[in-house]
Amino acid sequence: MVIKAENIAKRYFRKTGRANNFFAVKPVSLDIRSGGTAVLMGRSGSGKTTLLNMLSGLLSPTEGRVLIDDRDLYSLDDKALSLLRSEKIGVVPQGRSAVDTLTVFENILLPAALYGRAQPEKEAQMWMERLNIADLRDVRPAELSGGELRRMAIVRALAHNPEVLFADEPTGDLDDENTHLVLSAFQEYAHEKNKAVFIVTHESDALGYADLVYRMEDGNLTVERQ
Amino acid sequence: MKIFSLAVKNLVRKPVRTMVLAMIIAFLSLAVFGGSVVVLSLRSGLNSLEARLGADIILVPSEAQSKVSFQNMFLQGTTGAFYMDENVLEKALEADGVEKAAPQTFLASLKADCCSIKIQVIGIDPEQDFTVQPWISRSLSREMGDMDVAVGCKVEAEVGEIIRIYDERCKVVARLETTGTGLDTAVYCNMETMNHLLKAAEDKGVSHKIGSGDQVISAVYVKVRDGYDIDSVNSWLNGHIRKVTAVRTRNMITGVSDGLAGVSRTVTFLIAAVWVLAVVILLLSFVLIIRERSREFAVLRLIGASRRMLSGMVLLESALCGLLGGLIGVGVAALLIFPFAQLIESTLNLPYLIPDMGKILLLAAGTVLLSIAVAPLSGMMAAYRLSRIDPGTTLREGN
Repeated sequence: MVIKAENIAKRYFRKTGRANNFFAVKPVSLDIRSGGTAVLMGRSGSGKTTLLNMLSGLLSPTEGRVLIDDRDLYSLDDKALSLLRSEKIGVVPQGRSAVDTLTVFENILLPAALYGRAQPEKEAQMWMERLNIADLRDVRPAELSGGELRRMAIVRALAHNPEVLFADEPTGDLDDENTHLVLSAFQEYAHEKNKAVFIVTHESDALGYADLVYRMEDGNLTVERQ
Repeated sequence: MKIFSLAVKNLVRKPVRTMVLAMIIAFLSLAVFGGSVVVLSLRSGLNSLEARLGADIILVPSEAQSKVSFQNMFLQGTTGAFYMDENVLEKALEADGVEKAAPQTFLASLKADCCSIKIQVIGIDPEQDFTVQPWISRSLSREMGDMDVAVGCKVEAEVGEIIRIYDERCKVVARLETTGTGLDTAVYCNMETMNHLLKAAEDKGVSHKIGSGDQVISAVYVKVRDGYDIDSVNSWLNGHIRKVTAVRTRNMITGVSDGLAGVSRTVTFLIAAVWVLAVVILLLSFVLIIRERSREFAVLRLIGASRRMLSGMVLLESALCGLLGGLIGVGVAALLIFPFAQLIESTLNLPYLIPDMGKILLLAAGTVLLSIAVAPLSGMMAAYRLSRIDPGTTLREGN
């Protein structure tokens, strides 16, 4: 599976200097292919998260289009796009991303549960053990630390076996040991299951696990390492 | 865990939020159900009073109106007695347009050793009576014999019990159905028994006789034939029977009707005020909930929930809150209204008859349905806004 971005840009109407338009992401094109890990580096505010959101179907670009299996993502209606996100795209967002009324395990199984699909309990259990949160299975998110919450979100994304996994600053709250655990889990997921992983980060730790490195500066995307 | 089960978990695991919403709706449902039951009970009481009076015109001695308030006699069961010759009945029957006429004789027992209870005793002629007898027949399949009495539902005497009235022993043979009027506090007997009691009262020094006849009566209930003008018949009776006043029953209950209309207006206004208040509070609550839950909804969007799913979840949660609030409100209203019916009746000073169980259940079901509907209606804006949330931006904003 391939996600293909064709000249996508995100422009906001914001008075910046003499201009009324502000480009969070200037027109960029890229392909995300299965079987590898791509890392997008860049400073805060450079447009990384905006690009990730556009690629993952969360934010409609103001220009260009995003194709997934040759279908324009943003021409789909909400129901089809939501189903596609649920089945084929996994996202680990920045910050807390838990439903507080559910336990850790219920949160992890939620994407499949919402659509009444078979719940990947074994996969979930396996990834929870891999990322050292197996003993938090029945705990509610309010009782978790930032790092535990982050790992829960990562397991939620991995357990549903998405074709493409997007992770926005996935190691921001993690210590070195857990950072290594998470990044190697992503690498293994991409290589062994032939899936695509796209990581947005400003931490250089991720570079050692990347097959492809992009850099973003002031909304411009460049390939740093291929 | 589809949307329904997620909605239930959200409600159960956020009990404070759920209860706050439910209590607002409970307040609304309490007002609607409680207010409606009170108004319906008053209407039933008025209908019952009309049915029990059952006549278009009542003939009473002219001086009766200065002795006792009819309204108080019928509404509150105030005891009172006045008498006239029984030939008033014959004169009434001679009037053109009178279809039926039946006498009643009143006697007030005393709060003294000679009487078990202070009560209004009403003597009827079972063969002629068309107002009280049909009501008595519902509780007593045979005719009342001599010294038998039927008691209203609020009289403290059981069937089979003997009560003393002016030292005469009377056997209670029936307890009558409730009417919600002063008639519930009276005791009923046939004319023979009444004559015994009148004589016994006279022996005790309580004199009743006026006029020349052996028999006395207190009132004649008149039913006007269809097609005749009641006011004309009323005027004729007033003009042709001396020392007797003909009173239209409608005029007797006009005060009650006016009182009922006043109470109905007040209750309706209160219900409307509570409605507006509750809906405003609900809208504000949902605005706060939008702020509180935007991140949760962004997460749900992120993992693939469609807008329709999210709107459905908000509406489902609010409907379930509505159901809970509706049940609580109806339950609390029932606990307040039914055990305290007597207090409400005496406070309002109006005939008060709680409607039958079928009507109550229908009203309760209607109130609960209304509660289920009002919460999602108030939450629609919240549902729309939450379903339109931009997950990427929302999740970043919270960091």
